[in-house]
Amino acid sequence: MNITFLLNGETVELAGADATTTLLDWLREERGLKGTKEGCNEGDCGACTVMVSDENGSRALNACILFLPQLNGKSLRTVEGIAAPDGRLHPVQQAMIDDHGSQCGFCTPGFIVSMATAHRNGARDFDDQLAGNLCRCTGYAPIIRAARSAADQPIPDWIADAPVTATANRFMPDSSDALAKLYEANPDATLVAGATDVGLWVTKGLRDIESVIFLAGCSDLKQVSVSDETVRFGAMADMNTVRAAIADLHPSYAEMIRRYGSVQVRNAATIGGNIANGSPIGDNPPALIALGATLHLRKGDQRRDLPLEDFFLDYGKQDRQPGEFVEAVSFSRQADRLKCYKISKRFDQDISAVCGCFNITVSGGVVSEARIAFGGMAGIPKRATAVENALIGKPWSEDTVSAAFSGFDEDFAPLSDMRASSSYRLETARALLSRYFAEDQGVATSVLEVQP
Amino acid sequence: MSVAKPLPHDAAYLHVTGAARYVDDIPTPANCLHLAFGLSEIACGTITGMDLDEVRSAPGVVTVITADDMPFENDVSPSNHDEPLLTSGEVNYVGQPIFFVVATSHKAARKAARRARITYDEKQAILSIEDALAADSRFEEGPRVYKKGDAASAIAGATHVIEGAIDIGGQEHFYLEGQAALAQPQENGDMVVMSSTQHPTEIQHKVAEALGVPMHAVRVETRRMGGGFGGKESQGNHLAVACALAARATGRTCKMRYDRDDDMVITGKRHDFRITYRAGFEDTGRITGVEFVQYARCGWAQDLSIPVADRAMLHADNAYDLPAARIESHRLKTNTQSATAFRGFGGPQGMIGIERVMDHAAHVLGMDPAAIRQCNYYADAEDGGLSAPRKPAASPPEDILDPKKGEDLASRGAATEIRQKAGDSGAAGQVTPYGMAVTDFILGQMTETLLETSGYAERREEISAWNAENPVIRRGIGFSPVKFGISFTLTHLNQAGALVHVYQDGSIHLNHGGTEMGQGLFQKVAQVAAARFGVGLEAVRITATDTGKVPNTSATAASSGSDLNGMAVKAACDTIRDRMAAHLAERHQADPATVRFADGRVHVGEESYSFAEAAEYAYVGRVSLSATGYYRTPDLSWDRIRGAGRPFFYFAYGAAVTEVAVDTLTGENRILRADILHDAGASLNPALDIGQIEGGYVQGAGWLTTEELAWDESGRLRTHAPSTYKIPACSDRPDVFNVALWDGENPAETIYRSKAVGEPPFMLGISAFLALSDAVAGCGAQYPALNAPATAEEVWRAIGRARGQVRS
Repeated sequence: MNITFLLNGETVELAGADATTTLLDWLREERGLKGTKEGCNEGDCGACTVMVSDENGSRALNACILFLPQLNGKSLRTVEGIAAPDGRLHPVQQAMIDDHGSQCGFCTPGFIVSMATAHRNGARDFDDQLAGNLCRCTGYAPIIRAARSAADQPIPDWIADAPVTATANRFMPDSSDALAKLYEANPDATLVAGATDVGLWVTKGLRDIESVIFLAGCSDLKQVSVSDETVRFGAMADMNTVRAAIADLHPSYAEMIRRYGSVQVRNAATIGGNIANGSPIGDNPPALIALGATLHLRKGDQRRDLPLEDFFLDYGKQDRQPGEFVEAVSFSRQADRLKCYKISKRFDQDISAVCGCFNITVSGGVVSEARIAFGGMAGIPKRATAVENALIGKPWSEDTVSAAFSGFDEDFAPLSDMRASSSYRLETARALLSRYFAEDQGVATSVLEVQP
Repeated sequence: MSVAKPLPHDAAYLHVTGAARYVDDIPTPANCLHLAFGLSEIACGTITGMDLDEVRSAPGVVTVITADDMPFENDVSPSNHDEPLLTSGEVNYVGQPIFFVVATSHKAARKAARRARITYDEKQAILSIEDALAADSRFEEGPRVYKKGDAASAIAGATHVIEGAIDIGGQEHFYLEGQAALAQPQENGDMVVMSSTQHPTEIQHKVAEALGVPMHAVRVETRRMGGGFGGKESQGNHLAVACALAARATGRTCKMRYDRDDDMVITGKRHDFRITYRAGFEDTGRITGVEFVQYARCGWAQDLSIPVADRAMLHADNAYDLPAARIESHRLKTNTQSATAFRGFGGPQGMIGIERVMDHAAHVLGMDPAAIRQCNYYADAEDGGLSAPRKPAASPPEDILDPKKGEDLASRGAATEIRQKAGDSGAAGQVTPYGMAVTDFILGQMTETLLETSGYAERREEISAWNAENPVIRRGIGFSPVKFGISFTLTHLNQAGALVHVYQDGSIHLNHGGTEMGQGLFQKVAQVAAARFGVGLEAVRITATDTGKVPNTSATAASSGSDLNGMAVKAACDTIRDRMAAHLAERHQADPATVRFADGRVHVGEESYSFAEAAEYAYVGRVSLSATGYYRTPDLSWDRIRGAGRPFFYFAYGAAVTEVAVDTLTGENRILRADILHDAGASLNPALDIGQIEGGYVQGAGWLTTEELAWDESGRLRTHAPSTYKIPACSDRPDVFNVALWDGENPAETIYRSKAVGEPPFMLGISAFLALSDAVAGCGAQYPALNAPATAEEVWRAIGRARGQVRS
């Protein structure tokens, strides 16, 4: 593929770039820029964080699971491009020195780029901005001190980059219509949205992927629309966009999105990708199923809609034809009764052992509707139908909740694995219903909200 | 003076600009080759067939090396010669290297390695503690036992007897920079190796053995590591030896770095332990006696497990004066990664044993957990610990009896081959279970101060009131002290060397045997050098650790880095300084003792010269401006078989109070606040020391909460990447995090009276575990017997135990 991008202010034009060479490998092995580090090669540690800018602003991304063609038309800054060309340090760099924010220094370039990106965007939720950067030495305290002390410094002028025009490529369609045509003609191609999943096929699975279609140019697929009746996310809406759009409508879902991936991952990951890959532990499907979402699929000019839960047929198997792709997901506007509970070993940037999403409507003290869905409890994201049935039509009470507990045994027979045992998953699923009820009664139920 | 200043890390500027160079960043020739191991897929058995044709024919492959291609030693063990680099017969764990690929790129090597077809005759693997005990699969002939008094009778006569067990999980180091090495072949068969290692001399030794050359033919250089934490004391041997073999075979520069998943699957981790205990207590809370049985899962090879298990025994008392104690230690051999050094080196596991006992006893007696600890403390030194500790009565020299040829004398694992004579310490007054007098104890005062500044008593009441009003979320608070013994328990390792040059322009080249892994050792040592010469830090250049400059170094481990190397550097600097002083004094007919080095100048009588002028005069006056320095820790004497003597030069102390919140429905939990008071003696650099304390605490708390290693029933490690193994992230640090240094001097004669600070703060994280236990205990009447790590699931199980429910 032929691509054009800016690297630390300098134009780079690559002819015949390999579709699945990662930016990290290219930077380190081809370009000799060794400042960007490989810590895990799977997007979990942030040592390879780079800043990628376009007309929509600047984002921190993990270079280890970013394919070179994804940079087409973007401006890229690595740690080498954070200080001024004349060597003057960026405020976050000076602050990291002054506040003793580096020890072994290996994670530091990634932190610097994340911090510089947050600084440029005026973000001050530092724990979230840096959740995707692991440090094993400092315990993070001095890094946060540094981020705070640099926050009020002006944004250095050298960080701004001129816009770049992307080079046109056949396998980088620029609209969903073009994609539909291309994919129908090449149904064996792999679709790459943010590459947070496909990236691992390459870096960990060591797979050779013959044919790749990059979706980033399909701007119409990134659209989010919120009308009085419907909320609709184009499949290419990234998870930070989804989080922002959902924050006022369903804040518990937005909070779950905050935790499910780091800033770098959320910047790359798309809602369509999280659905289409069919993972039983993706966190969006349970929330969307609980909201009664509809999936919109397209193949060529043919479109079809189906309830999201029907898309997931079995472990690793979805109701999707060759050449068919996820165009959007939508759900009706509704009063917010949704709570999303994510149980994992670590709060931030961890895969759920159990993700329980509850949407229970109570009218006149009686449960009138209940949509409950879980991730991590079966081979697919799955509704808790027996539990729902045990609740609907009953008074909204502790007794009803207890009586519904046995429904979980009907609905689920979860596995034991390194994330949790079967019994913990099942018991916690029940406990989350109790939590939903307690929270509804105004009881404090979140350790994250307890203040020291 | 440059010491005691809170200066930044020496490489901070390089870190933040991305210019700091790690092994994989070193420019290499275009024809550099890359290595990857092919790994075993079973935990136990014998290889019956090895078809590597598809590996050899894979794109980019230059050669493939198996055990048959190793003409000399095939061993990377730091101790017992029981760890072949490549196995050709027996397979001992899932992930054991069987061959390695040499290819034109890192990725080509990784891809090719997966194309091997290996067949095995599989045997039943020994995975768990139970399996190992049943098979009597262990290192050493049987359990080690250290004793003080008659613990069984002391317990039998006590008013209250408690007993129980605790499982303590292991820990992956998760240094951000994975293992890496680079070998450059030289003329005449020599080899230069760049290695991310805490122990360059070990690398030199193992590479020389594998190449069949004397150590003088191998030079190892280490500028920095991207984190070590003990994981690079012996675990880098494989890569360095493989690279050297490949470099010799191909004549080309060869590099190897592990992909993260390979790193976690191949390398050893912290030992997981089970500790069972019985203890007797009086109504007052005073312990009468305790018995521990410590079971350590050591993995398949001996590595450093013997001294790790020893250190666990040596910290079974932590801060408590135990009238009678019996500590029995089993070092179990299992078909898992060979567990290795990790910050604390067994000390944390041993310490948790007695902290569990205190926690359990406080629960049974209804006492405040801090009060029961205070009531069992060793007594504070009368003068606050400021006088030098009394020397042991007998301090005979060690006797190295016929070390086996090729014995790895510079390794902590060499312990079994060296007998050390130690007389009785002659210690009177309060002594540890291994007979060492505790003369520098300060935790009494420190604890009073910390409990006061952290508002412990008031907060305990507030928490109680809060818990009464909140049915779902419970808070808990925990206190724990740390007393950590400083010195290598293999006494002869307590030595260090340095090499200092002063150039004719007054610039100073500094080298020593310690390695920089982020802890700030280089800066601390440079501060010492600058102080000795009375110059600014800019005059001192810190250079990469190099076995060609300082030989026979010990690992940078056991928190010893600045104690040992700081003293060695001081000795080297003083030698040169004395020569310069003598020369100038002669010129000015002054007493050399009156020559002063300060503020970048050298003062002789009324005259003063810039340091550069003084250096130039010395050079022209034909005075040598280069010197080595050497230091060995005095007063040590230790018999590890009898468990008697003085293994430690001194103790480092610390204390922490942690508050947590627990969701009683799901077991989810988090740290709200931590208050720490830590003893770094007269700190060489308070900023770097506080960095070690903050980082150590979070790493220790991570070990005991979110960091869970899981193996499946076939012995495969399932948590082999950060997606499944969860070290603390940014938001996991305490919301409120107060860290203070105890303002005191080390009574022992250390460099500027500072104290070692690398490992001790790690164990402050135990307070978080105890806070969780406190929160959980309030859920029911039973003692919850929380195990580590206290993941949400384990906390949930412990809540069940507190309520008398069984949760599988």
